[in-house]
Amino acid sequence: MRDFEYEAPQSLNGAIQLLNQERVKPLAGGTDLIDHIRIGRVDTDLVVDIKKIPELNVLEVNPNGMRLGAAVPCRRIIQTSEVKELYPAIHDVCSIIGGIQIQSRASVGGNLCTSGAAADSTPALIALGAVCIINGPDGEREVPVEEFCTGPGANVLKQGELLVELRFPPADPNSSSHYRRFIPRYEMDIAVVGVGTALTLDESHSVIKAARVGLGAVAPKPFLASKVSEFLIDQPVNEETFTEAGNIARTLVAPIDDHRGTVEFRTHVTGVLVQRVLAETAQRIQQS
Amino acid sequence: MAKQRVVSTTINGESKSFLCEPRQTLLEVLRDSLDMTGTKEGCSNGNCGACTVLLDGNPVTSCLVLAVECEGSEIETIEGIADQDGLSPIQSAFLENAALQCGICTPGFIMSSKALLRDNPNPTEEEIRFYLAGNLCRCTGYDKIIDAVQDAAQRQSTSCQTTEAS
Repeated sequence: MRDFEYEAPQSLNGAIQLLNQERVKPLAGGTDLIDHIRIGRVDTDLVVDIKKIPELNVLEVNPNGMRLGAAVPCRRIIQTSEVKELYPAIHDVCSIIGGIQIQSRASVGGNLCTSGAAADSTPALIALGAVCIINGPDGEREVPVEEFCTGPGANVLKQGELLVELRFPPADPNSSSHYRRFIPRYEMDIAVVGVGTALTLDESHSVIKAARVGLGAVAPKPFLASKVSEFLIDQPVNEETFTEAGNIARTLVAPIDDHRGTVEFRTHVTGVLVQRVLAETAQRIQQS
Repeated sequence: MAKQRVVSTTINGESKSFLCEPRQTLLEVLRDSLDMTGTKEGCSNGNCGACTVLLDGNPVTSCLVLAVECEGSEIETIEGIADQDGLSPIQSAFLENAALQCGICTPGFIMSSKALLRDNPNPTEEEIRFYLAGNLCRCTGYDKIIDAVQDAAQRQSTSCQTTEAS
């Protein structure tokens, strides 16, 4: 592997100072970064380990919502029962990213910052309306997660800026969420289509009051399927509604054509998954 | 060239300090600096799980961990698995169920199985297959490995009962 220096600052300010220069990379779980350095895809003179910074290790669920530090590994998220109960799409994602070894190290924040088009966590974060808290040389700013990625492997972070945490709105008692992907294998694969949904139903659990659908792997970046979300509001909770939502979703995608899935296949699967993931989300609310 | 660092860890229960460059992975340091060649190098990109060790109790692929990150950490490797009086129940179960052929993946499978049986002493076949999805084996076809882990779970629960009874 190419030569580089390593620092592990204990404070956010210390990290930002180190990151505010050319050819430097932040290290969370390293499951992408270390491989990318080894194969020469990333050329860096300094690796800044951000796992010792307290703000990036926060995992807190309270009446104001959830705070998820950018360096919290998937395994810790899976083991936190409040996440499974109140933000189940995040639990779903963390359970299927890589194998157990990857889950021990990889973080949701890192998955977002790698900004892959097929990243599993991003559609779930979009569905749940997460907000990115970013800190940098010019201070703190907030970016809605659906505006964070700007293209394959690209995002809004400027030199010296660091994703500190993801903030989630409070979970309504009549709400739930789900993430599912299609992959050719049983485990350990990259999404061919990934769908995250969050629904809020009325008291009787028969009408949709709020909906957000995030789609991954079917465009240059994961995105909020606004047309699907708008259609779902005030619709009855039934198979026809979910099928129609899937049909609308098919009109919004712009997937690539490759050996893992053709455009036709990815477009078709988008509709099927949107339908199934919405149905599962509604069922989770009705069974709670 | 980046300066070498002194990293202090606990490996298999013993304090161990080593010198490394920031670019060296935990796998490289274990094998090349510490002569602990039980941990195997397979793909070197986190896909195969052959280099699995436990880092602060969690299974990780040591090819995707920088050795400098391990300051103050507890590391468990295949060299620490055997009991004082012989093979551990997991090792015996792998041997007796013929859960290995070429053997390159075996240390990784045993480390993952150890973590699995610690978290879940009586896993179902599906739970075993899901937990071990990050370990690849190109020889056995997996069935014998699943049998071995189930057998190991049985052996461990029997030995727990014996300990409680004595």
